[in-house]
Amino acid sequence: MTIEVDRADVQALTADGAQLVDVLSEQQYEEEHIPSAINIPLGLLDRLAARLRRDDGVIVYCYDYQ
Amino acid sequence: MDWFANGLPREGRHADHPRAGDMVRRDVPTCRLHDTVHDIAARMRATRWDLCAVLNEEQVLLGLLHPDALRGEVSTPAEHVMQSAPTTIRPHLTLDELGTRLKKRDHLAVTTADGRFLGVVLRSDVERKMIEREHFVKN
Repeated sequence: MTIEVDRADVQALTADGAQLVDVLSEQQYEEEHIPSAINIPLGLLDRLAARLRRDDGVIVYCYDYQ
Repeated sequence: MDWFANGLPREGRHADHPRAGDMVRRDVPTCRLHDTVHDIAARMRATRWDLCAVLNEEQVLLGLLHPDALRGEVSTPAEHVMQSAPTTIRPHLTLDELGTRLKKRDHLAVTTADGRFLGVVLRSDVERKMIEREHFVKN
């Protein structure tokens, strides 16, 4: 199941063990990312999704600036 | 979720590059639409700011007030004299972007993506940071 979460949810969910995944490019991730996020570029997500700990929830984010 | 735009923590090679959110002056006086010119002028004098941000109950920025606007009838409410819908920026803007945007202004209001007022960035602060960066790069 996929739901949209806001930043307060992200803080609460990651405190409870949810895994944060930055799907931007490796270069963008290295420049800046949310603390504790891991990087799986979007193009690789299908292939690498099996590595994620699904039991605690997975939060996926991309470009932040609005 | 506009994490960075809200000035929340970040990591990475560029995480320590100064951004608007790092330079926000958060002590700008604020008022409501119905506050009078008399009260607002007193607030501005007390804080030594020549600026007041007009906010609604959700802290959304509705307008800005400068001293010129406060010269009229003392019972005039803020909403009649404020500069409505002022230009705003988000906290993630870089130093260079700020330099460009502040070329012709003394300050800019900083809001979150949903319009909540965070404070003001001053051109003098940005120029100082730019000089510090140049000095750091040279040495």
